[in-house]
Amino acid sequence: MYVAVKGGERAIDSAHAWLAEERRGAPDVPELSIAQIREQQGLAINRVMAEGSLFDPDLAALAIKQARGDLIEAIFLIRAYRTTLPRFGASRPVDTAAMACDRRISATFKDVPGGQVLGPTFDYTHRLLDFALAAEEGTPGDAADEAQGADRNADPPRKPHVLGFLDRDGLIEPASREPDLAHSAPADLTREPLELPASRALRLQALARADEGFLLGLAYSTQRGYARNHAFVGELRIGTVAVEMDIPELGFAIEIGEITMTECETVNQFTGSKSEPPQFTRGYGLVFGQTERKAIAMALVDRALRWEELGEDFVGAPAQDAEFVLSHADNIQATGFLEHIKLPHYVDFQSELELVRKLRRDAETGAEGAK
Amino acid sequence: MTEAAYNFAYLDEQTKRMIRRAILKGLAVPGYQVPFASREMPMPYGWGTGGVQVTAATLVPEDRLKVIDQGADDTTNAVSIRKFFQRTAGVATTEATREATVIQTRHRIPETPLHEDQILVYQVPIPEPLRFLEPRETETRKMHALEEYGLMHVKLYEDIARHGTIATAYAYPVKVEGRYVMDPSPIPRFDNPKLESPAIQLFGAGREQRIYALPPHTKVVSLDFEDHPFDPSRADHPCALCGATDSYMDEVITDDAGGRMFLCSDTDYCSTRQKKGHRGTESAA
Repeated sequence: MYVAVKGGERAIDSAHAWLAEERRGAPDVPELSIAQIREQQGLAINRVMAEGSLFDPDLAALAIKQARGDLIEAIFLIRAYRTTLPRFGASRPVDTAAMACDRRISATFKDVPGGQVLGPTFDYTHRLLDFALAAEEGTPGDAADEAQGADRNADPPRKPHVLGFLDRDGLIEPASREPDLAHSAPADLTREPLELPASRALRLQALARADEGFLLGLAYSTQRGYARNHAFVGELRIGTVAVEMDIPELGFAIEIGEITMTECETVNQFTGSKSEPPQFTRGYGLVFGQTERKAIAMALVDRALRWEELGEDFVGAPAQDAEFVLSHADNIQATGFLEHIKLPHYVDFQSELELVRKLRRDAETGAEGAK
Repeated sequence: MTEAAYNFAYLDEQTKRMIRRAILKGLAVPGYQVPFASREMPMPYGWGTGGVQVTAATLVPEDRLKVIDQGADDTTNAVSIRKFFQRTAGVATTEATREATVIQTRHRIPETPLHEDQILVYQVPIPEPLRFLEPRETETRKMHALEEYGLMHVKLYEDIARHGTIATAYAYPVKVEGRYVMDPSPIPRFDNPKLESPAIQLFGAGREQRIYALPPHTKVVSLDFEDHPFDPSRADHPCALCGATDSYMDEVITDDAGGRMFLCSDTDYCSTRQKKGHRGTESAA
């Protein structure tokens, strides 16, 4: 007698129990706290907040802990939580010119008003494993405090945008060609289905929450000749900005919090087209947290996607193709659809099996008939 | 967060209203893919988020829900989705097709004929029947608008020229009320004739942000040619447990020497038949 396979429910419960055990790891090793993850895995937190589209370091830390360090899984947890939150309204556009910068560099000018600030960067470290960290005594010494002290305590000078200097001379296109952008509430990708063609504001919204690896690969492809756009990092700045919201009852805007952001503005060579004079053009990246790889990649891809409004040729490069980029940039969509092929497909496969058998049978009888 | 912190059937009322609007539009224009602002759900895209959102927007507390995957109530994902609605909506559940008011399905239409007052919700991976002929959404929407389905007929014709038969075994395209070509989701083509039904049929594609629908008794024609009429094929074996010869079969490999048997993929249909005394070759005496 044959008994069909049963027990899906018990299997799921057991799998979840085992997963919880694996997540905790060896019980004689102390458990990670949310605060430890938040403070010591800051760049992982930043990525989860950026691609989860929710600025909350504690929730991001919780998600990373629950996801066993799988950042896409953590991003998914944040997205599924975020989607249930009520929407009160839109903030005012953040004023990144008033950013309190921890880092601010320009690759196009040696010195700029407000100065270059290197900040906490890996850029000039030698990538040698620091075995001293393995001893778990990794408190930075006084030197680090001293280095920061002077800059931190003084009232930081206002740092105007570097691209503004080019703008004043008319050498670069204006920052926004969509005049009402700053005044109207932008469309919300998470509340309306994405319709193509998408405006630049909507594209940037999609890129800001797009998978870092996917954007990195696309941006890299533009550097290697697939829609090359000759980008210079005009300015990269990382720091805190105030988030302000208009409160109708009060009649003015109040600050509701501060968030850390990374902003990248690229200066791109442009020799002019049928519709535009020779001038520098812009690519733009803005991401939650210290996430400069993502911000730079975003700026390059943004610039590549602007070929149409600038009257450039479509050379068939993936990074130029808004439908291709926007349809495949979201890692939660991508990973879901990719991984769903491990779900049962008995029925489809059975129908294919029948079809192949039938085709083979037909081919055999056909061959015999020919003899 | 406790479960009380979530609304009935998980989604907030605003979201449900938005989804219901899309459903109503879908019912008004049968076979047309209505864009909707799909939400992230607590299960991954590809696991049935579209179906789950449609079910969530459709459920009322008095409903009795059945969830199947591959025709079976006890496959892991069916169990998981049923549990989700038990937790978040507290609705009654059932495995009996006849007793359910809402049935969410992946890849099958139940064998037992549906009746009025039932809603069948399909989980859809790729809602666009033309997608594998034309990858661009901007193009395929135009093709639907202009009723330009020549590409699909050419594809079916090429199948016949090459294989002597239409080589699409599941997700077999249909034409709805003589207007829209529609993807019936990856059901085996054996199920296609059941698409003409007294029940309401709703199709939800979460990742692709589309909802479409078939109102009761809508005319649904599987695409074919006069000299190559549509053929709903099935494995040519009776069920080893209930002896059914009219249902869709799963093939089960029983040993490593090529032994195999065929069983109803619809577990409710099979067990109901067994209770009525029908027997197959592998049944207990």
